[in-house]
Amino acid sequence: MDTTRLIIVAVGGQGNLLASKVLAEAALIADIPVRMSEIHGMAQRGGVVESAVVFGDARSTIISDGEADVLVGFEPSETLRAINKCNANTIVITNISPLPPFTVAIGKGVYPDLGELQKLIKAKTAKLIAFDAVALAKKAGNVMSLNMVLLGALVQTGTLPLSGESVKEAIRSATKESFQTVNLTAFDLGFAAAQNA
Amino acid sequence: MHKLLTDQPGQKMMLLGNEAIARGAIEAGVAIAATYPGTPSSEISLNLFQVARESDLYFEYSINEKVALEVTAAAANAGVRSLCIMKHVGVNVAADALMTLAYVGVKAGLVIISADDPYMFSSQNEQDNRYYGKLSGLPIVEPSSVEEVKDLVPYAFDLSEKLNEPVILRTTTRINHSSGIVSLGKIKPRITTGSFNKDPFNYVTVPAVSRKLHIKLLQNFEKAAGLSDASPYNFTQGRGRWGIICNGVSYNYASDAVTDLNIADRIRILRIGFSHPMPAAMVKTFLKDCEKVLIIEEGEPYMEEAVKALAQEANLTLPIRGKGKDLFSRLFEFNPADVRKCIAAYFGVPFTAKAKPDLTDVPEIPARPPNLCAGCSHRATFYAVRKAAEGRDTIYPTDIGCYTLGFLPPLSMGDFLICMGSSIGTSCGFSKATNQKVISYIGDSTFFHAGIPGLVNAVFNNHNFTLVILDNGTTAMTGHQPHPGVDMSQMNMNGYQQVSIENIVRAVGVKHVSVIRPYQVKKSIEAVKAALDHQGVSVVISKEACVLHRKSLKKTVDKPFYVSDKCKNHRNCINDLACPAFYIDKNRVKINPDQCVGCAVCAQICPENAILPLKRSKA
Repeated sequence: MDTTRLIIVAVGGQGNLLASKVLAEAALIADIPVRMSEIHGMAQRGGVVESAVVFGDARSTIISDGEADVLVGFEPSETLRAINKCNANTIVITNISPLPPFTVAIGKGVYPDLGELQKLIKAKTAKLIAFDAVALAKKAGNVMSLNMVLLGALVQTGTLPLSGESVKEAIRSATKESFQTVNLTAFDLGFAAAQNA
Repeated sequence: MHKLLTDQPGQKMMLLGNEAIARGAIEAGVAIAATYPGTPSSEISLNLFQVARESDLYFEYSINEKVALEVTAAAANAGVRSLCIMKHVGVNVAADALMTLAYVGVKAGLVIISADDPYMFSSQNEQDNRYYGKLSGLPIVEPSSVEEVKDLVPYAFDLSEKLNEPVILRTTTRINHSSGIVSLGKIKPRITTGSFNKDPFNYVTVPAVSRKLHIKLLQNFEKAAGLSDASPYNFTQGRGRWGIICNGVSYNYASDAVTDLNIADRIRILRIGFSHPMPAAMVKTFLKDCEKVLIIEEGEPYMEEAVKALAQEANLTLPIRGKGKDLFSRLFEFNPADVRKCIAAYFGVPFTAKAKPDLTDVPEIPARPPNLCAGCSHRATFYAVRKAAEGRDTIYPTDIGCYTLGFLPPLSMGDFLICMGSSIGTSCGFSKATNQKVISYIGDSTFFHAGIPGLVNAVFNNHNFTLVILDNGTTAMTGHQPHPGVDMSQMNMNGYQQVSIENIVRAVGVKHVSVIRPYQVKKSIEAVKAALDHQGVSVVISKEACVLHRKSLKKTVDKPFYVSDKCKNHRNCINDLACPAFYIDKNRVKINPDQCVGCAVCAQICPENAILPLKRSKA
């Protein structure tokens, strides 16, 4: 089967690893070959967490520069930083609520302008879906459901060989019961946001 | 029940590579496991630690890798299947035990996991531990995928018992930290108790015994060579005349490249999964069927050297290339696109990769380096030491742990680091070779691992430096594993004793010992000053729980602070501490209440006393 390559970038603590785990579980449920890898060495200390999810028959678990079919960014400057993974056919989904790195606070860098950032990504890729996923996560009932909002948007694009139902089933099996209602609401809100984008 | 104990053969499960290794060990009937935590191996141990709490598996966090290997070597020689887990540099620590254990061998299976780290995602070097196979004479097996490693672990145990030798299973970070769908196998019943049969003329390695044992090791090596040639983990694929010899994750990248380049009919792949000894007969047969060969391996040209030597033995002169300019690097990790590019170039296959985006107009994105957590006690200690040492010409040898991050500005507390425990040994050397004031840092777990001999050396030889032991009550960096100084009752675990760092330091004869609570800024600075004034070895033990660990144990953190209107924008707080809870908003320093844990260090250094606890109504 054709290979679909997905990169998810986030800041430590944003729930990136759970998001990729949900997708992998959904693929397992749907009997779709899936492999993934993650770099999370110092994630808890505020670093960047990147995961690669490869659906289909490829054996590699990592994705080279220029070879992602989809990029999901949980933090806008991290989405832009990962643009090297994209090509002209890549679909990009990003949250636009920033989490500036500490280097900005101590004057060792300037946070990119959000409008300019979106323009740049749009110009270099096939499609950009950008919205305030933090606001939607809060609306769903918990800011920690940001990852599920973005999963909803990702599934809406139809780029993954996964149905919304199988992803929802994976959300039910992979997340704590007390968070399930919030997570599923967040997923639906993200799905709707991508539809309207 | 722990998911890795699921007794449903055939069930498919999504597992992290390290979970698959732990599951493989469980399926192999491992009864004793020991480790010292180290990324990328840490989750193997974490899972076995959890499994041991609900089964008769014995698991221990040993004080270091050498002891872990000794524990498992004895268990295996008493007839109990054992697993020893460490990161690649941990094998250096265990090497003294390893080299002679190879002579002695084992009775029941012993598998040693060496988790190598190409690119050094979380390590001080990227040494290629396949050379430990050559150095010790022990067999090495290597997986290419998560699915494969689950089955490779039981294979390694069987191999170990066939040869009566420990077997090294070498992974790389991309195996440990990748996930894949694994099909569960049967769980072999654990045999948890064995019996040691005395045989001193084969076990006590005095020279006369070792001479005999070395002969046995070389005989075993011959047997291992035959097993390598017959191993299902060394296999050939395809019938083309262009040969690729590869191992580990390189096999995945090569396979994908062959598909992408559409050259399956021209390629023949030899995948090496049993890499020491190399399958000599298999390699020679493979070479005879090829016009030219490319060797794809991360790290050193280990297979390349072996294959070229085998070609010479077989009188073959075909081109064999691997490392070199325009081909593969000895540096870092490979990736699918670079492997594809090298294959296309070497065999002359045209291929145009997808155009990478033009990044020339992308502005510089502010870096997001890892940082000590908000309220981390190490930051408080570093601040106190910096203040106490003001005006002195200092050297700060540091060690391995979260606190290594203190070498970054503005803390700048770290000048030299080579390995676990090196802070103390190098302090001895710096204090003899210079007139600078030497102040070194070591964490609690690292102190137990490799710090104590250095400290005894310092006392005996009367060196002159101050050692700061950063005691946060856990092995924080690798995910909060316990160590001998930890009170295990806080994890609801019984049957452990607690070893006091302060008692050790006093017992080895350090004359000037002080214990500080680093959140008490003034008192800490005074105590450090007194320690710096002492001639000889002085030790400051800085005790404060790891903030992350405290949160994970569900202990409450203190009320957050805020910057009040009294602030005159001196910015000592943000400039001297660089705590990530600070941010600048409209040119004013603010504190993010979601990040602040109320350590109050910034409040104590603010010249205007402008930083105050947040009242509940404001929270």
